[in-house]
Amino acid sequence: MGDLSRSITVSGSEQGFATTKVDALLGWARKYSLFAYPFVTACCGMEFMAVTSPRFDLARFGAEAPRFSPRQADLLWVVGTISQRQGPALRRIYEQMMSPKYVMAFGTCASSGGFYDNYTTVPGIDKIIPTDVYIPGCPPRPEAVLDGLMLLQDKIARNEKRPGVVKPRFDPVRDVDDLVRLRRSAVDPRELVPILEAREKAASEASATVPPVRGGTR
Amino acid sequence: MSQYVLDALRSRFGTSILETHSDFGDDTAVVEPSQWKAIAQFLREEPTLDFDLPVDLCGVDYPNRIPRTEVVMHLYSISKRHRIRVKARVGDEDMDGAELDSVTSIWAGMNWLEREVWDMSGVRFRGHPDLRRILMYPEFEGHPLQKTYPADRTQPLVAYRTEDEAGVPLNKLEPFGPDEGMPFGRAGSPRFEDI
Repeated sequence: MGDLSRSITVSGSEQGFATTKVDALLGWARKYSLFAYPFVTACCGMEFMAVTSPRFDLARFGAEAPRFSPRQADLLWVVGTISQRQGPALRRIYEQMMSPKYVMAFGTCASSGGFYDNYTTVPGIDKIIPTDVYIPGCPPRPEAVLDGLMLLQDKIARNEKRPGVVKPRFDPVRDVDDLVRLRRSAVDPRELVPILEAREKAASEASATVPPVRGGTR
Repeated sequence: MSQYVLDALRSRFGTSILETHSDFGDDTAVVEPSQWKAIAQFLREEPTLDFDLPVDLCGVDYPNRIPRTEVVMHLYSISKRHRIRVKARVGDEDMDGAELDSVTSIWAGMNWLEREVWDMSGVRFRGHPDLRRILMYPEFEGHPLQKTYPADRTQPLVAYRTEDEAGVPLNKLEPFGPDEGMPFGRAGSPRFEDI
């Protein structure tokens, strides 16, 4: 679990306030014993499975125990698109969890609705429940998820209530010049027709002079 | 591909087959809505046709046409290995009279598909045993795949938190702007007139 004196942030001067110390101690204890409730609705679930399985191993961060009752969990993973119809269920799950409780928005759909801008999708779970950490990505890489978890642990340790966003290491939108641009093909398909016809004609003339071998053994 | 299915339909129903075409090998018959069920019955029970697999049923909204909505039925015959597409056009500009006879008594599998067409496109099916919404929730108003349904209209079941309540901005995160989405096909957008 590491060195206690280094992990706990004692704010203020050396005199310190007792309340601060207890909070910091509780935060330190909480951040390594997160009991997760996975609310998995969509394709991000595959990445969630990758994060929890041995290769990326969420257990290294003390958050590996899934609890399939919200009453026993203190970390709600919202993994995937939330439709309006699921909204009441998500709200109810959140309300059943006991305090202190934390919410992770896993993926762009849970964070903002993603590219679903329509009649049926909740544009981000923060419209319904308070959210602690947003992990963008469609789906996010497991490393980004681990970043998000460490960000959450940092928030818990510092008793920070403001939401945090995992910053992508490389954001393709910032460097548009590096992206492959979609464009019309250089040749209009209709311009190809006379070229192909000429080629066909030349081929048929060539085959008229030299008769092709047909009906060979197969 | 299966031109003889269209021929059989025409010889049996005559002018109730409004038009037929076989573009790209897909044989299509546009039929009189009042004959919808009789034609379905014929396609199912005629031994030489034997359409025993209801593949799909959907509604397509053409807001600038009268009748406005096309109900499209795809059928396949497992024994004869042919398929056909049957369309019926129903509903005026306010979707009044958008009704068809249910074909659930012919193919039980059409039950949920007809509910979906009712839910999404607002076409009623007479004689359906349980015509409820299937995808959207009962509180939902309107039919979202009609082109007149506003593209940005949502009907949340849980009241959204306000920014005051949340204490943080709740607009979409970067790089998604508040207007992110697919604007084509919305009423008022330039492309809308082309449809």
